Amino acid sequence: MTQQPQHTKTKRYGMVIDLDKCTGCGACMVACYAENNVPFKQDETDKLLSLNWLRVMKIDNGKQFPETEICYIPMPCMQCDGEHMQGHSPCVSVCPAVATDYDYPTGIVSQIYTRCFGCRYCMAACPYHARKFNWWDPKWPADMKNYLNPDVSARMRGVVEKCSFCFHRYQKARDKAYVEGRKELGEQDYQTACAQACPAGAITFGDLKNPDHQVYRLSRDKNAFRLLERLNTNPKVYYTSTKDWVHRSADNYLEGESPEQVRKARKAAATH
Amino acid sequence: MSTQTDNQTASAGNRSSGWVIFVFFLIGFVASIISGWVAFPKLLYSTKQQPIDFNHRVHVEQMGGQCDSCHYFRKDGSFAGAPTLEECISCHSYPMSDDPNEMKFIEEYVNQEKEVPWLIYAQQPPCVFFSHAAHVKGADMQCQTCHGDIGSSTSLRQYQENRITGYSRDIWGHSMLRLGEPDHGGRHQKMNDCAECHLKQTGSKGNCFQCHK
Repeated sequence: MTQQPQHTKTKRYGMVIDLDKCTGCGACMVACYAENNVPFKQDETDKLLSLNWLRVMKIDNGKQFPETEICYIPMPCMQCDGEHMQGHSPCVSVCPAVATDYDYPTGIVSQIYTRCFGCRYCMAACPYHARKFNWWDPKWPADMKNYLNPDVSARMRGVVEKCSFCFHRYQKARDKAYVEGRKELGEQDYQTACAQACPAGAITFGDLKNPDHQVYRLSRDKNAFRLLERLNTNPKVYYTSTKDWVHRSADNYLEGESPEQVRKARKAAATH
Repeated sequence: MSTQTDNQTASAGNRSSGWVIFVFFLIGFVASIISGWVAFPKLLYSTKQQPIDFNHRVHVEQMGGQCDSCHYFRKDGSFAGAPTLEECISCHSYPMSDDPNEMKFIEEYVNQEKEVPWLIYAQQPPCVFFSHAAHVKGADMQCQTCHGDIGSSTSLRQYQENRITGYSRDIWGHSMLRLGEPDHGGRHQKMNDCAECHLKQTGSKGNCFQCHK
């Protein structure tokens, strides 16, 4: 055997979602359900029991007509890097079964369903409610079982599941690259199902460390922010919006505190 | 005086009971070894025969010594695995020899256009991801490193099916990774063997998502 496999530089796959473009149509959610064999029930009226790896939240600015404004926030797993970007994500650090770990080459947080025993510590630890618990075995209507994606294993009752940034697509893209003799993946070789399904083009996906990828520029935009940034979870899902009230809703600000101020103070603290 | 004799008889009794304990321990020990190493595997694994006794050596000789003449990579990077009937028929539309195995293959499968129900040793549960491309193309490994010298085998070995899971007992041979290295007591390929080789070759055992899904 034995040539040392060539190591490519570590990546930091992330997502930038333009909230000004999102219309809340839910195509990303549908694509995610289909791509990742996410189970559903006949009666999905109780959203607290719904399993979805990507959920579109709806917020408004709390004003009466005609000043009412609405914003939809698609929320996948934030794939937190943790403090100091060392993979110390909230969920990874609490899992007693090592069923979830941080994939250093890609920065993606895994979830191994066969390893999980359903204690749900990770769900309690996750500040973004990205993780869902299977209270029932999935029941696929009619012959839908035959149409499940073979690249994603179906889950059973009693385990936690979450968005994987379509990791199986990353692996397939890498296999193709190997056979074609390439070492690096192009930006379009690996895209998540939600990013491709979005009709408004609001979701952009790529390597946040690669200047050739769109997300590099978009995540550094002055309108870019992340959810609950002050927790230092370092999410890899960025949002952009030109509206101040949207920025304000991304964290719990005190009266008189403004997102701008807080960001400046954090920047100053980081450089010290 | 009388207490002394009592003590003597008591210690003599202890000595003989020690032997009894030892003999019973030995009987129990041997019985558990037999049940664990012989009886339990027989209970757990059923032995099956492949539908056709395939001769790899003949095929490798005819196909120019290359494994990938039949076990090839598709353009999308996936690995084709065992060839389909259609691929076999491209040579075997009519008998090429008078080998009884080939006659059986032609009569039962080619003439009836039925896929051969090969028992796949390497079949993995749906939660496992394995990339042939990463190993063969990415790391430049030889097929033989993991699969052994199948190319020169003249018949297929028995297929041992785990009665509970329905999967094969091992992928190929009793020590897949340690071919050419000392066999660690006939251990089978387990997750730790993957991790061991990855640690040796890449410096990291790898993360969960590398092999699980």
